[in-house]
Amino acid sequence: MRRSFPILVCFGFGTIMLAQFFIPSKLSTGAYNEITNWVQIIYAFALIVGVVGLIRYHLSRVSRRQGGWFFNLVTVSSLFMMAFLGFVWGRGDHSPFMWVFNNMMAPMQATVFSLLAFFVASAAYRGFVARNIEAFLLLFSAVMIMFGIASIGNSIPPFSDIANWILMNPSMTARRGIFIGVGLGTIAVSLRVILGVERTYLGKE
Amino acid sequence: MDSGLICVSLFTSEGVGIWIASILTLAIYSFLYRDNPIYRFSESLLIGISVGFLLVTTFDTTLLPKAFEPVGKGIIGISESGGINSFAIFVWILIPVVLGFLMFTRFVPRYAWMSRVALALYIGFGAGASIPANMQSYILRQIDATIRPFLNIDSFWSLVNALIVLVGLISTLFYFFFSKEQKGAFGKITRLGTFYLMIFFGATFGYTVMARISLLIGRLTFLMKDWLGLIS
Repeated sequence: MRRSFPILVCFGFGTIMLAQFFIPSKLSTGAYNEITNWVQIIYAFALIVGVVGLIRYHLSRVSRRQGGWFFNLVTVSSLFMMAFLGFVWGRGDHSPFMWVFNNMMAPMQATVFSLLAFFVASAAYRGFVARNIEAFLLLFSAVMIMFGIASIGNSIPPFSDIANWILMNPSMTARRGIFIGVGLGTIAVSLRVILGVERTYLGKE
Repeated sequence: MDSGLICVSLFTSEGVGIWIASILTLAIYSFLYRDNPIYRFSESLLIGISVGFLLVTTFDTTLLPKAFEPVGKGIIGISESGGINSFAIFVWILIPVVLGFLMFTRFVPRYAWMSRVALALYIGFGAGASIPANMQSYILRQIDATIRPFLNIDSFWSLVNALIVLVGLISTLFYFFFSKEQKGAFGKITRLGTFYLMIFFGATFGYTVMARISLLIGRLTFLMKDWLGLIS
């Protein structure tokens, strides 16, 4: 019961979702929309479960005064602060919630992502050595794309043309090959899940 | 004013925001020197704020309009009309909410198995919906886009490009076929596939680098222009 019922639910909803695609009718569209709503609600609850787990983890570290507990406290405090601002004053354009988003969250996120520029440059310096044909192609393609889409390279026709040609032909076709592989793999795994062969999502007994 | 350094005023809401954003930006860039408490503080702050943002947004856009408001309306409907139809609608609305609450049983080991039902619905939905979606977007559309150029050949070079794309797709697919040892004629085709893959990885790398550098320029412009006023 503890394992077989969830497998039955998974099979039932998986089959319904698969079947509704091949039966275009008002009923199937309605069922699709209704189940999509259900899934969104379950996702929202799952998110709250995750947030509760995160708070429990950080608070337990704070209460035990484990190494770096102050940073755990910062995480929990800022989470509660954001939730308080959002639930009390709403999410309007000029609300304190959006002020924190615009002046703290967005700049910090952009900065964290921009940090990667330094690490990627460092990795490229160490790793980009044309030892064989494959490495040469990797290097050539990366340099052409970087130079071709930068302002200076883009203004020089051969570089921008070569970059565009690489993007639209050899790079695109390899991407398509990967996409087809991903698609076939996803379909195989989905079938295994629906038929109850793949059960890892149920966890241990 | 002639010195060129004109920091933004601290006495306006906008000014305070720019100061805070600038200090947090520098705090994160301090990681370039090495891991330090200032960076860890800003990192913890970012995690907390991001999770709080996601929580409030999800509550406002999903839970409130799709779960709690319909349940509230359902209760009002039953108390006003009291008919069997109102009750049936209410039960229908209540199912996902009950399933959602079952997720919380994960915190009670004895009843944790109940959360599997909601999880099974979620995964079953995803698996069922992804089969036709993947078939269309990842397989049929990709094959279509590879073959279609052959129907619109208008020059020698368009034929060459179409052939390069077709050969690339076949050789890349051959490369991912691991049930046969990659040697002989088959090995030569798979090696061609690796050439295409290397070009793809290089192009993706180049694109990622440029995107991150563009973000870096954005942050530096913010510091120089909005905060310090060094750039007009």
